[in-house]
Amino acid sequence: MSVTFTLSPVSSRRRRTDRAMWGVLLALTVLALIPLVLIVYYLLRKGLGAWSPSFFTTDPTGSFFGDPGGIRSAILGSLEIVALASIIAVPIGIGVALYLTEYGRGSWFAGSVRYFVDVMTGVPSIVFGLFVYIVLVTSHIGGNFAAWKGAVALALLMLPIVARSAEVALLLVPNGLREAALALGAPRWRMLLRVVLPTAAPGLLTGSLLAVARAMGETAPLLFTVTFALGATANLGQPMNTLPYMVFTDIQSPRAAIVQIAWGAGLTLVALVLILNLLARAIERRSHMA
Amino acid sequence: MTPTTNKEPMEMATAGSGPERDERLDRKPGVAERGTGHSITIRGLSAYYGDQHAVRGLDLDFRAGEVTAIIGPSGCGKSTMIRCLNRMHEEVPGARAEGRVLLDGLDLYAPEVDVTAVRRRIGMVFQKPNPFPTMSVFDNVAAGLRLTGTKGEDLRERVHRALRAVGLWNEVKHRLNRPGVGLSGGQQQRLCIARAIAVEPSVILMDEPCSALDPVATLKVEELIDELKDRYTIVIVTHNMQQAARVSNSTAYMLDGQLVEHAPTAEIFTNPRDHRTERYVTGKFG
Repeated sequence: MSVTFTLSPVSSRRRRTDRAMWGVLLALTVLALIPLVLIVYYLLRKGLGAWSPSFFTTDPTGSFFGDPGGIRSAILGSLEIVALASIIAVPIGIGVALYLTEYGRGSWFAGSVRYFVDVMTGVPSIVFGLFVYIVLVTSHIGGNFAAWKGAVALALLMLPIVARSAEVALLLVPNGLREAALALGAPRWRMLLRVVLPTAAPGLLTGSLLAVARAMGETAPLLFTVTFALGATANLGQPMNTLPYMVFTDIQSPRAAIVQIAWGAGLTLVALVLILNLLARAIERRSHMA
Repeated sequence: MTPTTNKEPMEMATAGSGPERDERLDRKPGVAERGTGHSITIRGLSAYYGDQHAVRGLDLDFRAGEVTAIIGPSGCGKSTMIRCLNRMHEEVPGARAEGRVLLDGLDLYAPEVDVTAVRRRIGMVFQKPNPFPTMSVFDNVAAGLRLTGTKGEDLRERVHRALRAVGLWNEVKHRLNRPGVGLSGGQQQRLCIARAIAVEPSVILMDEPCSALDPVATLKVEELIDELKDRYTIVIVTHNMQQAARVSNSTAYMLDGQLVEHAPTAEIFTNPRDHRTERYVTGKFG
């Protein structure tokens, strides 16, 4: 049998191009990693020194010359406000996503809702703060500045993130599962509750956490809704201390000890988001094992 | 019966070819009517996807306690037709159906009928095994039962019975609490059959239940169908003509949304009346 074709070797030009492209992509990846590494490095170097048991257990004193105190009230305040914001935004956001994927598929109304959710994602966070300032603060509904008003501003910020990511998670649920549940005679609400939502749960959780992490670090919506307080409080009707606000004010201080508190608070913020993430993942994994 | 308004040329051409009711299907004297199972009667069924007319004025009878196979080339409307029987067709956006589907004389499309009640009476097994991924083996089978409020010991017993009925009991009895999706493809499909029969429906619809399975798993499902036909009326859509020949009592051949011929399976494969059926079963077409 005679060979009527040849398998030509890869040309040296193609080999060179391949090498070059490989190098370019690697360089870009490294370039993207540099800021991330630097952020973590500086946070640890400057912030870790501020960490001590009393740093987490005492409230800031507000004194410039004396002992500046710790960040306890800021941690508690951030957790309280973000928790309230999540309680508002996560159910509504998932509800919007359920409407978009399960009921409004293909309708013009769902289409325009999706469009405006996208627009909302792009709204700068300070605008949400302004909006709440005008609607809730200047109108003196339930006092002046209050933690719950900041939570509303953060919830507005979280809503489109939750809705959009939840929609993606729900769309990933295979249609065959919906059909299987319906074919068993399940009413639609039961199919959603027992099959679609549990199947999408990991995605819903990830999306919600993304929004929580985002809200946790936002300063602008809190500036003129919650403002600031030194002591810790569980009263959501009053001003409260928060981590990002503390970073914002303390970093401007001319005193080195107070600047270090800002770094320490920043590091705490990152650690808090990380811990929340790990916690949620652990819960998710455990519920899947059972 | 809802008359079809738009008589198309093709439909005219085929009209009258093949009797409406094949007398070969009439029971031979001496063969007793089975006491179990329920019959389904289709009269003037038309199904649409938007403007597309997928099933065109179909009359068909599925007899109690028998396996009826539906064969036909891709896109002939056999899956659409079977999905009309438990009203799953209307779940597709833009889809609708007209005509009558009677379960023991009760019209499933009557306006006062609750669609969930229809689906509890008429179970369905899909082409791709689709156990619920967040549920254990046990919970998968229990899913339908829990809808009707079955609980405790009664629930356990029914789930075990369903698993035994599909021959899965010995394979899964030690892993009832493990995820249902951890089973093999063939086991998953039998799990889905168990899920469907656990609620004790009257009819089981199977839409190409073996097309995603290997030959060994296919054989097991076919054996299962043979066992189940004593208790349930089974309608099975299949692309595999050998399968239709192996498992069914009667076979219906569909083409372009219409019924060409419905006769005892042996007759369809050895002595079809319609030349289009013959061309299809001998592999000259489709």
